Formats: sequence, C-alpha cells, structure tokens
Amino acid sequence: MSERDNIFVRIKEALTLQAPARHGHGLPTIEEQRRVMPPVGQTEAELFELFAKNVTDLRATFKRVKDLSEVAAELRALRDAEKWQRVATHRGAIAESQARELALPLMVVEENSEKHELEQCDVGITECDALVAQTGTVLVTSRTAGGRALTCLPPHHVVLARREQMVPDLPAAMQLVQQKFGDKYPSMISFITGASRTGDIERILVLGAHGPKQLTIICCDA
Amino acid sequence: MTVTLFVPCFVDLLYPQVAISAVRLFERLGHQVVVPEGPACCGQPSFNTGYWGNECRDLALQAMRTMRDAEAIVILSGSCGAMMKVFYQELFAKTEHEALTREFAPRVWEFSSFLVNKLGVTDVGARFPHKVTFHDGCHGLRELHNKRPPRELLAKVQGLELIEMGAAETCCGFGGTFSVKFPAISTAMAEVKCASALDTQAEYVVSCDSSCLMQIQGMADRQRKPIKTLHLAEVLVQT
Amino acid sequence: MSSPAAQFKADAKRMTADLRHRATIQTAMGKYEVVRDQRKRWFQDWEGARTLAARTKYEAVNGLDAHLTQFTQKLEARGTKVHWASTGPQACEIILGILKAKNAKVVVKSKSMTSEEIHLNGALEQAGVEVVESDLGEFIVQLRGEPPYHLVFPAMHLTRDEIKDVFEKKLHDAPSNDPEELTMVARRQLRRKYIQADVGITGANYAIAETGMIAITENEGNARLTAALPKTMITLMGIEKILPRYEDLALFLPMLAVMGTGQALTCYNTMYGGPRQSDEADGPEEFHVVLLDNRRTLVLADVEQRDALGCIRCGACLNVCPVYRNVGGHTYGTVYGGPIGSVITPRLRDLQDWKHLSYASSLCGACTETCPVGIDIHHHLLRNRRNASAPKTGKPSWWQCQLFKIYGVIAARPGLWRLITKLGRFTQRFHGLVKGTALDPAQAWTKTRDLPPIARQSFREWWKEQGAHE
Repeated sequence: MSERDNIFVRIKEALTLQAPARHGHGLPTIEEQRRVMPPVGQTEAELFELFAKNVTDLRATFKRVKDLSEVAAELRALRDAEKWQRVATHRGAIAESQARELALPLMVVEENSEKHELEQCDVGITECDALVAQTGTVLVTSRTAGGRALTCLPPHHVVLARREQMVPDLPAAMQLVQQKFGDKYPSMISFITGASRTGDIERILVLGAHGPKQLTIICCDA
Repeated sequence: MTVTLFVPCFVDLLYPQVAISAVRLFERLGHQVVVPEGPACCGQPSFNTGYWGNECRDLALQAMRTMRDAEAIVILSGSCGAMMKVFYQELFAKTEHEALTREFAPRVWEFSSFLVNKLGVTDVGARFPHKVTFHDGCHGLRELHNKRPPRELLAKVQGLELIEMGAAETCCGFGGTFSVKFPAISTAMAEVKCASALDTQAEYVVSCDSSCLMQIQGMADRQRKPIKTLHLAEVLVQT
Repeated sequence: MSSPAAQFKADAKRMTADLRHRATIQTAMGKYEVVRDQRKRWFQDWEGARTLAARTKYEAVNGLDAHLTQFTQKLEARGTKVHWASTGPQACEIILGILKAKNAKVVVKSKSMTSEEIHLNGALEQAGVEVVESDLGEFIVQLRGEPPYHLVFPAMHLTRDEIKDVFEKKLHDAPSNDPEELTMVARRQLRRKYIQADVGITGANYAIAETGMIAITENEGNARLTAALPKTMITLMGIEKILPRYEDLALFLPMLAVMGTGQALTCYNTMYGGPRQSDEADGPEEFHVVLLDNRRTLVLADVEQRDALGCIRCGACLNVCPVYRNVGGHTYGTVYGGPIGSVITPRLRDLQDWKHLSYASSLCGACTETCPVGIDIHHHLLRNRRNASAPKTGKPSWWQCQLFKIYGVIAARPGLWRLITKLGRFTQRFHGLVKGTALDPAQAWTKTRDLPPIARQSFREWWKEQGAHE
C-alpha cells in the first residue's frame, strides 16, 4: 500500500462519522457571496471611480487615457522622469509595440529569459487579463503577461489595460478566468493588488519588499 | 411572578449583599422570591477542569430536579448562568438526561437578561449618581449574548453616567481555576483590565459577575488603585 | 529537560513580567485592530461572510477524499508530480530526494508553517543544503536562530534596533535602523539568492480541488519569485488546505487578508497549477506538490473537533487572545500557538504532554467570536480538558477527583454547606498569619491580589434568618 492509500484509508474511515454542521452546510452560491461582500457600483463610471480610488489608496498609480498615442505619451513621461535605461516586456501586441517605441535597450522575455538580465531592467511593461474594481486589482497570467518573473522582478511594473477589461468584483474575476481558459489554465494566475509591501518591521508599511516598488496602471479607452 | 433565585457559591460566601440586593429589588418590583436550599454550586468548577463525571453531574441533576417546577430561575452570575443554560446540555448530551437539560434551559435567566428580556423592565426606579464603567463577563457576553441588557438597565438609573472602557469585552483573567493555575498570566490580564478601567476615570466598575469583580478588586486593592466594584444588582437596588 | 508544561509556566511567568515586551505586543495588536475593524465594515455583512466561509470549509473537510482525488488528478494532468507523506520525516525524505535528484545546493523558501512543523530546514541543512527564508519576518528570525513568533508576523516581537543588530552581526550590512532601509538590505541580499537557488520551496494557503491549483497569499512578492526563478518548485501543504471550487477564492482571499492583516486583499494572490508550459516565457520545469497528513486524519476522525481542520491560518485568534497578548508567541513552545494551536497540538503531538495549553486559558471565547471560518475554538479547549481527564481517553488526577467529589458532597447538602461556611470563617482568621508565605494555601492568588473575607453572614444564613418568604 502506498502512502497515498494509507492516507485515503484513514480519511475514509474518519468520514464514516458525520460531524455537526454548526453553521449550516452547502457551498455558497455567487449571489450569496455577493450579498455579504463589499458593494460595487453598477455603471461603468462607478466601477472606474471605485477602481481609481482603490489604486490610489494602495499608493499605486492609475491613468485612464483615450487612445494608444496617449498611452505612448504616458510611457515617455515615465521614461524621462524615472530615467529608465533598460525596459523588459513580453510578446503582447500592445505591450511590445509600446515598449519598442521608447527606443531603449529592450528585453523581450519570450526571446531571452536570462534572469540576471531581467534583474537589470528598470521597468516591466505588460498587458493584463482584467482589472477588478472592488479591490483595485490587476489580473495577470503566465501566458498573457510574459511568464512569471516579468510582473514581479523589475522595480517598476507598468500595466497596459483596456477599458473593456474592467470587471466589477472578485466573483466576476473568478468567472472570467474560468470562462477564458476553460480547462487549459496557464501555470500561474496572479491577482496583483498594489505594489509589493511588508509590515514585518514594527508593523510599519514599507513598499517594494521583494516585488516591484511601483505599480502603474494605464487604461486605454480605444 | 415567583422568582427562584439561584445563588452561586461565591456570592453566598463572599458577596451576600449582591443576592440581598437582588431579593430587595425583586420584592420592590412586586415579585415573590424563593431560594432553593440546594445545591450550593452549579457544578462549573469540576466541569471547567475537565471532570465531567459524577463530580459535577450529581450537582447538575440536583439543581435541575430541585428547580423542576420553578417558573423562572434567576442566576446572579453570567458564568453560572451559562453553565446551567448552555453547558448542562453539553454535559448530558446523548444521555438519558438530555431532555431534562433542554426543558430546563429556557427557564434559566441571567439576572440582567431576566429583567430586560423576561420582565420587559429597564427602569427599576433606581438612583445612583456616579460615574460608572461596565465590565462584560465573558460567559455572559459570549455564551449568553448579554451585551445589551445591563446597559439598558444602567441607562435608566437616575444620575448615573456610563463611560465605556476600551477593554470592556476583554477577559479580566479570572477564568475560575485558571486564576490560580496560571497566576502570572491571570495577573497580567487583570492589570490590563484595571488600566483600562482607570482610563475611564469612573468611580465604579460594575459587572454581572462577582467572580470577575473579585479579580478586578483584588488586583486594584493590592496595587492601591482607586477602583471600587459593584454588582449590577447592588446598583439597581439603590434609590 | 523540563516538561512542556513546566517550560510553559516558567516562560509565561518571565514574559508576563517583561512589561516592555507586553507593550510591544499590545501596540502591534492595537494597530491591527483598527484596520481590521475598518475592513470588516467594508463587507456588507461580515457575520454572514463568516457563515458562508464556515459552510464552505464544512463541505471541504467533510468531502476531503473526493476533493483530494480531484485536486491531485488535475495537477497530475498538467505535469505536476504529486507526493504523499503520512509523517513529517517522510515529507522531509521526499523533499530531500527531489533535491538530491536535482543536485540542489541552494534552496530559497517562502513562508510555510507546515515546513516548521516538520522541521524541514534542519533536515535540509543537515544534508548540506543552504536554505534561505525569503519572507522578511522569517528571514530575520532565521538570522537570529529563533522560531517564528506569530503565524502571520514572524518578527512581531522585535524592535528595529534588534533587527539592525542582527543584520550588522550576520550580514555586515545595516546602514541604519530605519525600517525601509532594513527592508532594502533584505531585498538586496535575497535577490541574489532567488537567482542562485536551484529549488524554490513554498507552502500553500489554499488547494483548489476543482481546477487543481495551489493558491498563495502574500504581500512581499517573495513567494512569487520563489515560484518563478528556480528551475524546480516544491509546494508542501497539509491535506486540509482544500477549497472545493475556484470561485470559493472570491470569499476566502479577502477574508484571509482582512483577518490576517486588516487589508482588503494582500498584494499577491497567486494560483499555480503546474510547471512551466511550452508557450510560457519562464517558470520552473518541474513542479512537485507534497501532501502531508502528520496526524491531521486524527483531527478529522474526531467529529467534535473536525472543524479545526478548516483553519486558514489567519492568526486572528492569536491577535484577540488575552493570554497570547500577555505571554507572546514563543511561550507556547510549539509550532502552532495561540488558541487554535492549543486546540490541535494535543492531537498533532501528545495529549498529556500538551494539555496544559488547553488549561492556560480563561475560556473567554474571543477566539471563537473572531474565527472567520467559525471554528468552535474555546469549546474545543474545554473538550480537550475533558479528554485529558476522562478515565478512558485521559489520565485523571486522583487527588483532583477526590477534591471535586468532596466539594460536590458539601455543596449538595445544605447542612454540610452551613458547616463549611462556619469553618471557613473561623480558619480565615488565621489566614493572616500565613498569607503570602509558602504555607499559604491561597498563595497563587494572594501573591499578587487581595482576597475578600468570607462574609460575617452568608446569604443563606441571612435568608434563613429572614424566615420563609411565602
């Protein structure tokens, strides 16, 4: 008998006795979840307002722009203000073209996954799968945002999002993941809520513990 | 109504004025009070120590049988109240006496809950012009859910000013034998409680549990802190 | 080598006398309470959320065999290697086997209390592997050679100066005592290790049966990097971490954050389902999940206490516990401390050795009131006391039995009670002679608190005097 078998024998034996359901039983429906969780607005304007407020509270930056030329302008402004020298990105249609327009030494992670080099980049520019208004969260995956390290190693993470990617709440985000990928999930799915942080020293908030110190989300309407 | 007053062991021996106040209060409100001869204890000490055998079952059965016909059993302690109302059912679960405990529980009332929830009374005609803070005994608060009744009663006492302490719901550290089995921890908890009470600058700390008050007063007296403690019954009987 | 109970008492005495330490904990907990309460109000119905979470964990735990089967099948279908360990040593052996096969010299770890439980770091170090804790709090206590102090905040007991000192001593890199600068030191040091490491070892907060993924909740990003950079990833988890469905995360991620740190969500909530896929830019080539029993099936078999397996390790019960706040995390002397730790340790280890944790509580119930998944914590402590004292399951103490029997007899008979009342009043006159000394039977109380006298007239004596009230 393998250890697996041993463990399952013990589990099955234990479960022959029924435990009291002190708080009731039955998996909650999404409606039940929504009734207890924080409320979100109904209209698109309300969702964007809520998202913007949450991101600001998280000390990250959110910019909503009209079209791709404005996205480019925002990126140029950041490049100049922060004096970027090396940029990392992935093979996303928008991310890669925008990154190239910055005319800086560029690392595309599908072509080059040298960790040391990624470490030298000042910024990682990626796309995302969704924005979650309820919590100010950005949803990325290893398939759609250039693997695992790109959204976590460079000190500044810039997300290029599209207006229609806004979803109201976490239940909606979970549904989106399941619908978008069916059973063929990427190996990593990450919900990013603000820049990396820690409170481990005297409970004092410090940004940029191991992940990015800065998170900027640029959302394009067109 | 005939009020059957169950007097906890420590109230009987150490704080009889608490029970005497309750008797006078109920008589003032026009009720008859009876006090059963025994038992003198609800059985909680051995129960809480993990001895659930005859050492506590006999006392519990005696209590339930003696007060079988009592219309309303009022207990001057949240912890004894919880023992009778909640834990007797656990003690006798899956035994021949389970039904007895279920029939017994609804007739048991903690003192403040009895006044407010059973008699529907919040104004007992009391007058106590002092600054007071209230300590929530853990059993009364979390087993019997008696947060509101004491405060509703105190709100109607003439001249009384209630100031809530930050640590009102924090355990005072008595916990029965815990207070002597782990005296260092119990003492630390009492220190936290007293500090919070002193912060309110209230003259009196009031509670529905004399055991908690024994802990708080004992700590305060040893440290020579100006805290005076009173059971709720002692406040409500004042006119 | 004193018993765990004796050690606990000694440590509790020392820690409660350390007023500076008590103040540190109270301050930290005070800050936490403010944000936690704000975040609870953010929910429309926090108590309703607790009920839904309790129901979810009930289904998870009571259908554990079906859920584990689905979980591992889905993982394996995606190329994950699944291992099963009945005991801690077996789990260590499995992990060492993987490291050996990979010729691993450097391992980077993200936070895992389960790995503490099986003393994994010690086993790895003995085999000549360098183990680096990447969570800042764990990194700090590892440098100090201490166990973690708290489930969520391993270095809660330390001041910035103490942290600066250990950085200076062990890393020779401590520019100042400023928390931000100290954090940057750790960031610098650890960056090298992430890139150097052959293997990354993580824990798991949740295991999603429906989709075959583990989920990790963190703020720092160290688990993200541990799972991204090394070529091999190993996740160690207890079998009870199961959540049935992916959508259950919508409730559990925020509830863990609210209770753990007072946040809406932690910075990174990440699900991992397998090794790197062919169309992915990076990621580990091998992904191993090690499932640990280590007597969790014993907790499962106890229908009264089975709900304890629903614990999501948020630390909320530790934070509200007045005992924890006064003695601190190290005093418990075992991996899982605080209220939930006191419940499960007698099962995970030994009842008689660890029952004292169930007695070192006033049973105030604040833990049960706060637990986001509705575990009946303080009542389980009471049940542990019963189990430890019952003739069949425990070791009843003869003299305590006698004491309670005698007391029971006296309390049952009004005549005897009257007698004892008089006797007590008489002997108390002499108490003053021995009060506070070693001869004082009430010394445990009178050492720090005054004792009230037995009343000149007990209530029952007064009642009798009044005559029958008809």
